Amino acid sequence: MKKIIKKHPLALRWFHWINFPILAIMIWSGLLIYWANDIYGVKIGGRELIKFFPDSFYKALNIPFRLAEGMAYHFVFMWLFFINGLLYVLYTLISGEWRLLVPNRNSFKESWQVVLHDLHLRKEAPAQLKYNAAQRVSYSAIIVMGFGSVLTGLSIYKPVQFGWLASLLGGYEMARSEHFILTIGYCLFFIVHILQVIRAGWRNFSSMVTGFDVVPAEENDVQAPANLPSSNL
Amino acid sequence: MKETIITERKLTEKTVIAFTVFILLFIAAIFVWKWIRNQPAESGTLSGIPSPLRKGLTIDEKLFRASFNPNVLVKTYPISAAAKKVRVNGDVGMGNDFDAGNWKLGVVKDNGDTAFFSMDDIKKLPKTDEVFDFKCIEGWSQKTWWGGTKFSDFLKYYHLDKEATNSFVGMITPDKKYYVGIDMPSALQTQTILAYEMNGKPLPMDQGYPLRLIIPVKYGIKHIKRIGTIYFSNTRPRDYWAERGYDYYSGH
Repeated sequence: MKKIIKKHPLALRWFHWINFPILAIMIWSGLLIYWANDIYGVKIGGRELIKFFPDSFYKALNIPFRLAEGMAYHFVFMWLFFINGLLYVLYTLISGEWRLLVPNRNSFKESWQVVLHDLHLRKEAPAQLKYNAAQRVSYSAIIVMGFGSVLTGLSIYKPVQFGWLASLLGGYEMARSEHFILTIGYCLFFIVHILQVIRAGWRNFSSMVTGFDVVPAEENDVQAPANLPSSNL
Repeated sequence: MKETIITERKLTEKTVIAFTVFILLFIAAIFVWKWIRNQPAESGTLSGIPSPLRKGLTIDEKLFRASFNPNVLVKTYPISAAAKKVRVNGDVGMGNDFDAGNWKLGVVKDNGDTAFFSMDDIKKLPKTDEVFDFKCIEGWSQKTWWGGTKFSDFLKYYHLDKEATNSFVGMITPDKKYYVGIDMPSALQTQTILAYEMNGKPLPMDQGYPLRLIIPVKYGIKHIKRIGTIYFSNTRPRDYWAERGYDYYSGH
């Protein structure tokens, strides 16, 4: 006999796995668009440390001269990205799942402890429910970022009709750079997310597909069926 | 969280089913992706990209044309904000064999006649100067200063009101190599001008001398340089960049 615990509701698994390819398409098509005016970089004291992006990077991903294609994909798949994100937020609100997700008073302090624990610089992880403090902070931040991408995107897509929004975000060119920075944020999130999934192991990954977590054997033993004498151990 | 005790066999079964569905959906998604990419482009002026994407862009267009508000004006700036060195992008339709001396603007009327207008015919209407943030579809923008005649004034003054009831207006360069199609509400928006000046001087050759369109509610691709002929239609006029996969509407 095995004990399983319901972990991820079916709806959440759908939202998560639909978002994955759609966000990938949005980032890829965004890259096709960005290439046509690739002006961003990180400069310190006049020296360019990072250029977004080097020619070799574009070449490797076959990015150049595909602006029209990029815009077409971007402005079709944006609807799926938006609707899926909206449904996710509505679901978490209505189901009450948000209580497990949104950071609480201690989450910001504790998320550092989680990071230190995960880096093996601290022995104990802080107590948690479904998600640890770092997860609460990052999974909530990513939703805020998604909202930000929709708003900055809208203000550069229709900068006249949504001129008020563009002004609010610092103007057309500022909104474009914010849209870009958010995308870099997704990529960083993705890297950490993948590393954490690998670190957490198969059981954790499996639960994102099956929805349930299998309770390890040693915990099973503690609650052995009542008809077995447990005192003779 | 809800706990359940199940047999090992049942656990395996549940896991296998979940992963099978997961992998099948993943494969289905790849097929849908490949299907989209392999669809041929539509023929005609809405070309250049797989037809499902074009359908998507047309839905976007419908939505934004329906919600277009001509009273929302494009933000304008003082003349001091205008760039002295104006970026030149694109020279299709700007061949060297252009005979500026004999240029006249041809307007095809609904009855099939073409009326010709000299620069003086255009200049005698009130002049509008505007500095706005010119936005290129490539993603850059630049504050630039243009002067010319409001397109809506031009149509009214020369009794082209009936023509203005068409859904679209088309414009073509004298060599017919560059052409745009524009929905009428955007063309009639009060900031759309037939521009003959840039930075207070006649248009430079590479900016479309003698007359170009400035339509601040659109991307730069619609601001056709060196207009030769204007015509009206209820079906989409040909559009150079739409034929190359860009959004026909390209509106802001």
